[in-house]
Amino acid sequence: MPKDHGIGASPKRREDVRFLTGAGNYTDDINVHGQAYVHFLRSDMAHGKINSIDTSAAEGMPGVVKIFTGADFEGVGGIPCGWQVTDKHGEPMQEPAHPVLAQGKVRHVGDPYAAVVADSLEEARNAAEAIVADIDELDPVVDMGKALEDGATKVHDDLNNNLCYDWQFGTDTETTDKAFAEAAHVTTLELVNQRLVANPMEPRVAVGDYSRANDEHTLYTTSQNPHVIRLLMGAFVLGIPEHKLRVVAPDVGGGFGTKIFHYAEEAFCTFAAKACNRPVKWTSSRSEAFMSDAHGRDHVTTIELALDKDNNFLAVRTDTKANMGAYLSTFASSVPTWLHGTLMAGNYKTPAVQVNVKAVFTTTVPVDAYRGAGRPEATFQLERVIDKAARELNVDPIALRRQNFVTQFPYATPVAVEYDTGDYDATMNKMEELMDIPGFAARRAASEASGKLRGLGINCFIEACGIAPSNLVGQLGARAGLYDAATVRVNATGSISVMVGAHSHGQGHETVFPQVVAEMLGIDESMVEIVHGDTSKIPFGMGTYGSRSLAVCGSAMVRATEKIINKAKKIAGHLLEASESDIELKDGQFSVAGTDKSVAWGDVTLAAYVPHNYPLEDIEPGLEETAFYDPANFTYPAGAYACEVEVDPDTGKVTIEKFVSADDFGNVVNPMIVEGQVHGGIAQGIGQALLENCAYDENGQLLSASYMDYAMPRADDLPHMDNYMVDHSCQTPCTHNPLGVKGCGEAGAIGSPPTVVNAVIDALHSGGHTHVSHIDMPVSPSRVWSAINGQ
Amino acid sequence: MYSFDIQRPTSVADAVAALGTDEAQPLGGGQTLIPTLKQRLASPSVLVSLSGIAEMKGVCTMDDGKLSVGGGTTHATVAAQAGSFPGLASLAGNIGDPAVRNRGTIGGSLANNDPSACYPAAALGSGATIVTNSREIAADDYFQGMFATALDEGEIVTEVRFPVPEKSAYAKFEQPASRFALVGVFVAKFADGVRVAVTGASEDGVFRWSEAEAALSSNFSADAVPAAPSGDGMISDLHGTGAYRAHLVGVMTKRAVQAAS
Repeated sequence: MPKDHGIGASPKRREDVRFLTGAGNYTDDINVHGQAYVHFLRSDMAHGKINSIDTSAAEGMPGVVKIFTGADFEGVGGIPCGWQVTDKHGEPMQEPAHPVLAQGKVRHVGDPYAAVVADSLEEARNAAEAIVADIDELDPVVDMGKALEDGATKVHDDLNNNLCYDWQFGTDTETTDKAFAEAAHVTTLELVNQRLVANPMEPRVAVGDYSRANDEHTLYTTSQNPHVIRLLMGAFVLGIPEHKLRVVAPDVGGGFGTKIFHYAEEAFCTFAAKACNRPVKWTSSRSEAFMSDAHGRDHVTTIELALDKDNNFLAVRTDTKANMGAYLSTFASSVPTWLHGTLMAGNYKTPAVQVNVKAVFTTTVPVDAYRGAGRPEATFQLERVIDKAARELNVDPIALRRQNFVTQFPYATPVAVEYDTGDYDATMNKMEELMDIPGFAARRAASEASGKLRGLGINCFIEACGIAPSNLVGQLGARAGLYDAATVRVNATGSISVMVGAHSHGQGHETVFPQVVAEMLGIDESMVEIVHGDTSKIPFGMGTYGSRSLAVCGSAMVRATEKIINKAKKIAGHLLEASESDIELKDGQFSVAGTDKSVAWGDVTLAAYVPHNYPLEDIEPGLEETAFYDPANFTYPAGAYACEVEVDPDTGKVTIEKFVSADDFGNVVNPMIVEGQVHGGIAQGIGQALLENCAYDENGQLLSASYMDYAMPRADDLPHMDNYMVDHSCQTPCTHNPLGVKGCGEAGAIGSPPTVVNAVIDALHSGGHTHVSHIDMPVSPSRVWSAINGQ
Repeated sequence: MYSFDIQRPTSVADAVAALGTDEAQPLGGGQTLIPTLKQRLASPSVLVSLSGIAEMKGVCTMDDGKLSVGGGTTHATVAAQAGSFPGLASLAGNIGDPAVRNRGTIGGSLANNDPSACYPAAALGSGATIVTNSREIAADDYFQGMFATALDEGEIVTEVRFPVPEKSAYAKFEQPASRFALVGVFVAKFADGVRVAVTGASEDGVFRWSEAEAALSSNFSADAVPAAPSGDGMISDLHGTGAYRAHLVGVMTKRAVQAAS
């Protein structure tokens, strides 16, 4: 019998009532009295030298409040990068300046070089057309290989070259080379993990407000982490102390990583509100989003896998070029390194793993974390090369994986992380059961009878979530801690407001977090409300990304609730004239062990705020506690995925007939929300596998700059729900956080792309197209047809 | 978008008069023009909306058996009411999404002549007559390349007259992002021969595939479809090379023949 409340129950998402009835309050819904609107002039060329920007004609246009160019931001800080990567020679990465508005050069299509603030958006756009920019076009830097050649055009003239860093990690070269030299078989694969655009449903918005009365700034912004924005923008860009800067991230319509970062538009609106003495609002158009939201992925990799004569993995070696784009976005440098290299062991006990990454500047939109962030790239390489090896060696891809699984925990990998717990055979067993592998041959035969090719793709993955232990990431170059915080405020009548540092923008925190607190206190979930997204209301918070909210912020909330329980027991002991050590809390009642004496939760909370009968000599009135929680380790969700595809050999079109995921997320608080997260993650991964492609031409022009050319996954690209099975019944609880949870937000997007590509290759081989060993994503109809036909 | 005036005439004559002013532009269902205006890529001083002209709306069968579709008729209406010409009704019912089908009009689509639009294939593939406020134009003379038609400035598509074939079908292979036709083939079998029109593929816009017409006129079966045309002159872009599109012309023609009813 499933639970109907508390941990393990699936109450419907309470926030959906406002989202689905139009009562949400998104940033674009916020209009401050007297606000002006900003329109950014963005570069239409990939690379150019700014000779002059003449704003004189525009300044007299109707409605114009003020026009800004890069010159207005001289002496102001630049957009910072939050992670210092040290290269393999011990040198710090090359870190270019990133001004709020371009100074000297424009470096990608979409790079803002001027901004018009006006009474209305249309007037701002009209005036922008009257600005005369004299910009000499420079050679674009698009291809990463060419960008690294000697004498290549430099994106940043003051840097040595276009190499941000040359990073090496894991097993030393001598040991790795020896393993390859002694291998019975080596499989090599070159692949591209293509650039993606995150495309949250809500585009970015920023509203800057300034109060002359008390010199206070407020920024309303579409952010996954308002405290991080306050820290980065206040400290590094504009020099505003925290107590004079409030950042509010209200309802946010999806983030997927791209709303983690601090953007120039946020700093601009905050700066301009003071400069104009008027609130300033910017709402991104979808076209602007394509050329200004940080992109994701964009790795080009060669991976090699060495096996012994018994097919045991001996070594993995990778060589990756990672595109940074024109500037370093907030966490850009950490994605191809610490969020990618540390996962290259996968689910396998490979003794030697060496990761090499060159990060490259190009004249393209900056690239940063996108759902999974480094871990999808790691999983894709590893699971594709394992699949290729299985095919070359003519062994069952499931058996090859099982043979090499890590089975003893904790397990220290050659790439710096220690898996605390897991059971990879259990998830593989569950996947095989749900997939009905024995029935595949008959399904393939049926497909062939209708002229289609059917393939089965297998994949395993592991990810590092619950980001992250501060002391560890500090050693790795992070310029911040990655703990989180929660305040549990119990009101006089027993209702509770929980102020959390995690931000909910689709994850369902407002439903899930109360389930935990209510379970701990034995009260109704409706008595608990979650407050988030406002630096003036919550104690602190590092925000939501890296599947960290419940594992890190949820743990802080548990710790704060434990403090509440301890204090409440003292009060109850006083009211019951018993020792606090004899007080038990069950179903919202405090009772004296072994007696029928009890007081209700509400009696205790009222006593705390109306302390007429209260141990004032021992404890303070009130009932409010705060806890900060810094995780001892990452969490390591893992799973086994499979899918079946049909390929139409006449057109190359791939359809996904069935998809199964068997995940181990540790304990699960709300199964419905977990399943929804995985459904969505898989849909996003299928989008990468089959559809999405952020493409530039050789001139650095964005080819896929709208939904006319950027293909998003839609419902009919996914299998019917009956064949879209997500399972999380295999549960090895995390050993180091109080809830035993691991995080589920990114798993689907990490596990699904290689599953799909493995299935397509399997289908093509079944049709005799054995020359096709790989197709780069998106595995579009034209690419499949070209691969089949050798074109 | 830039500011503009809008006029909403209720008769073709008033619309033509309104379009006589400088920089006036007709507005059909707005499925192309409105996004263009929002991007500031067009700046008409006057928009003349055709959506209030009752005489340009509706579907009926004429005395000579042709199907008459008013130029202002939406795709959804054609899908629902062109039952006597199932190939056309089916094509209309698969353009875009419900929002597009309930706004977009046949006249707007044919006047725009997007090289990836569906309707040009139906009009050319069935040998339709494009009727305007001033003349009748045979489909073979009407389509003149990408976004180019025989229409004069200010001329309005008021009606399209379709000969109803014995059998017909439209087979569309969708571009993955826009879901316009990457290649769409309309096949129509008449008593005196077969017409095959291809959209989405050619740099010259919709065209008739004469080799397939000849082969299918003597043997209306998928097996009779000749080898795919050359990829020369075919569109090559992010979503497929010219060679791929040329290949799809053959595949989609076969599928249209198989589906014809």
